[in-house]
Formats: sequence, structure tokens, C-alpha cells
Amino acid sequence: MSRIRKQSEYEKTFAFHFFRWLGGEKDAFVGNMEMKPQKEYVEEEATIEERMKDRQQVIAEVYDSSHNRELLFFNKLYKCFSIVFCIAIVALLVLTVSYLPSVGGADKPTNNLVSETYITDGLKDTGAVNIVTGMILSYRAFDTFGETNVLFIATCCVMIMLMVDEDKIHLNKESNDRGFEPKNDMILQIVATLLVPIVFLFGIYIILNGHLSPGGGFSGGAMIGAGMILYVAAFGFEKTERFFNEKVYKCVKVTALICYGCIVTYYFLTGANGLPSQIPLGEAGKILSGGITLPINIFVGSEVACTMYAFYALFRRGGL
Amino acid sequence: MELFNMILLGFLVVCAVSVSFSKNLLNSILIFMSYSLIMSIIWILLESPDLAITEAAVGAGVTSVLFFITLKKIHALQQEPKEEEPGEQNQKTE
Repeated sequence: MSRIRKQSEYEKTFAFHFFRWLGGEKDAFVGNMEMKPQKEYVEEEATIEERMKDRQQVIAEVYDSSHNRELLFFNKLYKCFSIVFCIAIVALLVLTVSYLPSVGGADKPTNNLVSETYITDGLKDTGAVNIVTGMILSYRAFDTFGETNVLFIATCCVMIMLMVDEDKIHLNKESNDRGFEPKNDMILQIVATLLVPIVFLFGIYIILNGHLSPGGGFSGGAMIGAGMILYVAAFGFEKTERFFNEKVYKCVKVTALICYGCIVTYYFLTGANGLPSQIPLGEAGKILSGGITLPINIFVGSEVACTMYAFYALFRRGGL
Repeated sequence: MELFNMILLGFLVVCAVSVSFSKNLLNSILIFMSYSLIMSIIWILLESPDLAITEAAVGAGVTSVLFFITLKKIHALQQEPKEEEPGEQNQKTE
């Protein structure tokens, strides 16, 4: 049985308090905790003079290297020891490398059952001609999902540190480089007009052909991100805001992550329980093939492109 | 091809050492950029073009650009005297 609670009754519940706190209507610390503005630190003149005198004394008596013999000796010893230490570490590492097995060869430990299975069964299992992409996006999809999450969290952290209020971005534009537009650099603009479409096309080509040719979501996404950075550097934020603002960024990023998560969860659930995944692998070599590889490539690509652009925008002006 | 590989690896070592010895921060970033470019060529020679693409886009492109912006933010790049004034004023007001 459900009923609508009375307002007075609802105000006692945990949900009411939580949503009030979430909406920022009431700060839990106001009134309950004693809060004072921080005192401004003022140093008296006498203490400053005393400090300066102490400092002079220390410099004269201790750090006067031309007269202090112990210090002179210690400095030389320090240099000698640092050089010896560096050489020792380099020698140790080189010695370790010399014991490692050489690259290649049939009887080497890197040539084990895992890589053999990837190479022989890769095309049959994943439907991707490019074994590397097929491997990292289906056998090791969980790894790649973690990496994509790391990218997401990294941008979140950069946002927490560098994000500036929307009003302040447009304030004081010229002086603090936040939203500061380039002064119509002809060379840069013409080069950008020529290059940006090619960079975008190449990036999209790499993402869409990730399961057929070398490359994949990460490489293509990084290329598209770099192209967007070039466009912003040449034409300024006002022009990019027409097609890529904070709203688009949030939509693309969250959608890509959620879709990726759903696809991988479905794939693992069916795979772990021995069920057929119902995702057609398609004919090897065609663009619409490779099972889950192609959609995941697209999602990873958009995620990476957004991350690259967001880093640049946040570093440059503190907002998207 | 062996010789070409050796030359590239030599460049790599020279770049890596000179990054730490260069006094000018801008020069360090440019050397770091060239390090990434050489590395991407080496990736192609090692027959992994996907890594080469990523290295060129991320290592030589995006990372260096982020370094440049950071240097500009902390006023480490040498600017023209005209541009320097508003920057200083801004520091005072902040």
C-alpha cells in the first residue's frame, strides 16, 4: 500500500534531508560548527629584522663554502657518491637485462600457449582480422574497460582542480588567457583549414577500420582529439563551442562509457555461462564484421577524443 | 636498415640526456617532442604502426601542447614586454 506522505511527515525522513543537502539549500555545518574567517598573517617588523639577521649569520658561518672546510669536503663527497650511485644502478639494470631471454625464437618463454591461442583462434573467436585489436577488445575487454574508466576519472580530477566558474571565464578575457582568442594568425589558420579535415578523416578511418588494419579506438581517438586541439588553437573557443560544448561533451562521454559497459557485461555474461552471444561475427575483412569490436572501437574512440580536448580546454581556460 | 636503426637509437639517447641538461624549459619541451617523433619512427620499424600513430598523436602532439600551456600559465615562457604587463597585473589582482 502506498500513500503520499504529508509534508510535515516527509520533512523528518532521511530522503528529505539528503535531497535538501544535495540541492545545496542547507549547509549542514552552518549553525552547528563555529566558523571564523582566517586571520590575515601580519609579521612585525622586529621579527622580520631578527629573521634576516639570523639568516645572514647562518649564511656567513655555515654556508660560506670558501672558508668552511667541512662543507667543502661534504660537497665533493656528495658529488662523488651521486656519480657512483648512478653508475651502480645503471650497471645493475644492464646486468639484469643481459640475463633476460633474447627476443624471438621458438623455445623462448614468451612463446607460450596464450599467444599461440590468440594467434590461431583469434580470427575465429572475435571475427577481427587485426589480432591486436581483437585481443584487447574481446579477450581483454575488461582491461580496456578499466583503462577507459581511468580516462574518465582523470578528466574528472582535472575538472575538480582546474574548473573555473562560468562567469569568471568571460571576465577579464584578455589578461588571463582564459578564453583568450588568438590574434588571427594567418599562417596557423590556413594550415589548420588544410589539415584539420584530413586529420579528422584519418582518425575516423582508423577507428572504423580498427578491426581490419592497424590502429583502433585509442589511436583514432587521440588523432581526432589532436585535430580538435589544432582547430581550437587556430580559431578560438567561440567557434568550437558551436559544435562541441560542455553539454555535448557530457552526453558523448557518459553515453560511450555506459554503452561500452553494457556491451562488455553482456558479452562476459553470455561467455561465462557458455551461451551463444547472438552477436554475428560477420564475414572476415568486411567493414561490418568483428562482432563487438567495431562498436567498442567507436565508443573508446569518442571517449579518448573527448578526454584529449577536455584536457586542453581545462588547462587553457578552466572550462569546456 | 640496421644502420638506420642504430642512428635513430643514438638520437634517442642524445635526446633523453639533453632534456635533463638543457637550461631553457622551452628547449626541453622541444627536445622531448623530437624524442617522441623518433620513437614513433622506431615503432614503425618494429612493425607496430598502431603504436606509432598513438605515439605521434599523444607523445609529440597533445603532451607537448599541455606542457606549453602550463609553461605559459606559470609565466615561464619569455614574452614580449607588451604582453607581460597585463599578466603581471592579473597576478596582483588575483
